[in-house]
Amino acid sequence: MREEQVHPVSAVNLSIGFPGEMLLENVSFDVYSGEIFVILGGSGSGKSTLLKHIIGLYTPLSGKIFIHGQDLTTAGQDEKTSILNRIGISYQSGALFGSMTLLENIRLPLEEFTNMPMEAMNLVSRLKLFQVGLEGYEMRMPSELSGGMQKRAAIARAMALDPSILFMDEPSAGLDPLTSLELDELILDIARSLKITFVIVTHELASIFNIADRMIILDKKRKRIAAQGNPVELSTSSPDPWVRSFLNREKNVGN
Amino acid sequence: MNEEEMSGYVPAGKSTLNYDVQKEPQGLLRVILNGRMEAMNIGPLWKQLGKIFKKNDAAKVILDLDNVDYIDMSGQALILHYSRLAKEKGLQFQLSGLRPDFKHVHDQVSCFDCKPGPGFVKRSSVEELGHAAVNLVRDARDFFSFVGEFVSTSVYALIRPGSVRWKDVLLHVENVGSKAVFIIALMGFLVGLIISFQSALILRMFGAEIFIAQLLGLTMVRELGPLVTAIILAGRSGSAFAAEIGTMKTNEEINALQTMGLNPIRFLVLPKMLATMLVTPFLCIFFLFFSFIGGALVMLSLDFTLTAYLNHLRISIGMIDFLGGMFKVLVFSLLVAWIGCVRGLQTGFGARAVGRSTTSAVVSAIVLIILADGIFAVIYYVLGI
Repeated sequence: MREEQVHPVSAVNLSIGFPGEMLLENVSFDVYSGEIFVILGGSGSGKSTLLKHIIGLYTPLSGKIFIHGQDLTTAGQDEKTSILNRIGISYQSGALFGSMTLLENIRLPLEEFTNMPMEAMNLVSRLKLFQVGLEGYEMRMPSELSGGMQKRAAIARAMALDPSILFMDEPSAGLDPLTSLELDELILDIARSLKITFVIVTHELASIFNIADRMIILDKKRKRIAAQGNPVELSTSSPDPWVRSFLNREKNVGN
Repeated sequence: MNEEEMSGYVPAGKSTLNYDVQKEPQGLLRVILNGRMEAMNIGPLWKQLGKIFKKNDAAKVILDLDNVDYIDMSGQALILHYSRLAKEKGLQFQLSGLRPDFKHVHDQVSCFDCKPGPGFVKRSSVEELGHAAVNLVRDARDFFSFVGEFVSTSVYALIRPGSVRWKDVLLHVENVGSKAVFIIALMGFLVGLIISFQSALILRMFGAEIFIAQLLGLTMVRELGPLVTAIILAGRSGSAFAAEIGTMKTNEEINALQTMGLNPIRFLVLPKMLATMLVTPFLCIFFLFFSFIGGALVMLSLDFTLTAYLNHLRISIGMIDFLGGMFKVLVFSLLVAWIGCVRGLQTGFGARAVGRSTTSAVVSAIVLIILADGIFAVIYYVLGI
């Protein structure tokens, strides 16, 4: 572990991509504790791929990723599991297990990784559903829920082990503006009351101005981070005109 | 304690929660906690408190949280659970030293199930029975409407053969037929070998080994050939049909077909059934051929000549036997392909539903095959075939 302050997520000189196709070259950024951090980029800029590298699904071409100071890129299987138990991930499609009820979906990580008695796991799972506004839906199957509800249930499952960091891939994809606004409020509420750090990949500008404390914008052409900072500040006073126009034009369109 | 430490990260292995139970006068029980109340380490405390509450010899339980650095939702669940249990049992339960930060969440969750949700209503057994009856009727209706649609589509296809998707038929001919040749040949060879060998053991006692050829010829052509071919077909292709159509159903591809004005039966079912019925008799002939090779191997090892074996084989099998067997396997193939497609179309939602319909396709197919075989036995007997 390094001497200076340890951030929940740190990427150091990270290069990612696939053979023959470099997506990002030599990028570094830190996510501060308790903030809502957004990764923004146009389609194909590699933002979802970056997320998959951060959570250890893919191995970077070079560079390091630290989760709470632990190096994920060199961690052994046990260490990796221990790191992964401390983070929650909600996938773009929700990725709920279709053959299980909502309660069973949320209880699964508790059953696998804790030694709580069954009544405890059931109560904790119900509390998680309450937190995302799905109380009473315990016995429903994922297929019986609307898209917005599935997203919320996926957040509940991601929070099952009370992670300190929650990663979300395109939380508002495929949702109507109102539902997506409700989801934003839910994220803010969880971040405030539980002090969870959020790392969110999205291209929903309206949502970014709503919730993000800080953001990075990926630049597809130059394979680097075009800017990082507070979205409002970046949209008004970024030295890079491309960033300003990207945020402003879209912001105007969004409004 | 600053913000950073409060929400701060402790590696899973290093997060600890110690508890100490102290008995004080007047039935007071003080549980002193030290560490972090988290999902990962709350189990033992939960069980310990469970024991204390079960024993029920304390008048008041105090949960001392002065030295608790962090309480996550599982910790909150523990507090909630035991304060409710205490109320039920009529003993006092008190928290001491709950930090304001965690008090907020505590208040938030303490009434999480107060207002009734849209809830899961447990059905009574009468209701269950009613639902089962409704499902049965719906299944039966599906079944008949499928038969009706299939017949009408087939008749339409007969009148206008151009409406059949012949490219798909060819594709299925390859999948159901050509790709199954090896397994059919292998099974045929082995079944022929085994039957001849087993019957040789008994017939030898009467010096009647030469009749192995007759026995093998008749049983294979009339019974085992069609039966085993159909069962292999059910396992190989019936299940594949159910899985393919079932997955399409869960992906809403069937709905897409329907809304495009395309009839799923004509599009998906008819090509599969046509292809299956087209190739299965040939598969059965392959099966018979290789089973006779298996028989020949046994006969040669018993020092009979190939000519003698073939002569006896030829005497035993009449054209009518062969045609009877072929007709049987044609009907079997119709049943297998049909039930595979029906089960696929009946698939519900999710990955498990696809698995269920695949299993059901194989099981139903085998049951149907055996049933049909019994009916054939009676009909052939009556007709004197």
